[in-house]
Amino acid sequence: MSIDTASFTPGLSLTGGLMIGAAAAMLVLFNGRIAGISGILGGLLSGSHKMLGWRIAFLAGLIGAPALANLLGDPIAPDIEAGWVQILLAGFMVGIGTRYASGCTSGHGVCGISRGSVRSLVATAIFMATGFLTVFVSRHLLGG
Amino acid sequence: MSLLVAMLSGLLFGVGLMVSGMANPAKVLGFLDLAGRWDPSLALVMAGAIAVGAVAFLFAKRRKKSLLGLPMQIPASANVTLRLVLGSAVFGVGWGLAGFCPGPALVALGAGLPKAWGFVAAMLAGMGAFEFIERASQRRQDGAL
Repeated sequence: MSIDTASFTPGLSLTGGLMIGAAAAMLVLFNGRIAGISGILGGLLSGSHKMLGWRIAFLAGLIGAPALANLLGDPIAPDIEAGWVQILLAGFMVGIGTRYASGCTSGHGVCGISRGSVRSLVATAIFMATGFLTVFVSRHLLGG
Repeated sequence: MSLLVAMLSGLLFGVGLMVSGMANPAKVLGFLDLAGRWDPSLALVMAGAIAVGAVAFLFAKRRKKSLLGLPMQIPASANVTLRLVLGSAVFGVGWGLAGFCPGPALVALGAGLPKAWGFVAAMLAGMGAFEFIERASQRRQDGAL
């Protein structure tokens, strides 16, 4: 392992992390809800037509974030290396996996660990481990 | 009012993902590539988010109602189940394949990237498959009783 010092952005990443934490704090303190993206999105599909409003409002804000960032003059260009087949396969796995796991990086990784949930700590350890493993296999064994 | 809070929370969450670099799959894969040239940035995203979150949840857990008088809906389940383990494992593989988890994928969709639209469509299909399988097994159980 070597550290990629050219890409390392400690200040921005810590600032962004504090913003994510503040967003999750707002949602639980004012609305009593967990800012878990897969759960909020999955709840739209689960067929219970109660409490759709806050889910739609939250997702609208999330999807609207790049528009706000553009207004503030901070255009980012996400760099997607994966090809289409990989993208579609990955999307399906993320969708079904997060629903069976009852959470993703936000629900387990941020909110769950913040409230001291062992279940979330285990979930986070597992998806980080298989994420590390997948990148190791695709970049170093299969040669990316 | 609660809708406005939800929207602002989503907006702040999304801007946080962009500022931190989480919304960029190349940066996420740089973090997940321990054996290559490792970019530790995303560990700081988690640390920052959890530092603020931990204080908020300390308050939230002591309350029955939110500041707007809504019920506190904090998950009560504490069991590590097979579903949790397998679901997380499958999620991690998908995360490592594309560099997207659900939040950043929705932000990139908002930025209008075609591959993000494809990823989100496939993610919704995966969530739909979960609902379909769950309902089918629920029906089988109901039928057996």
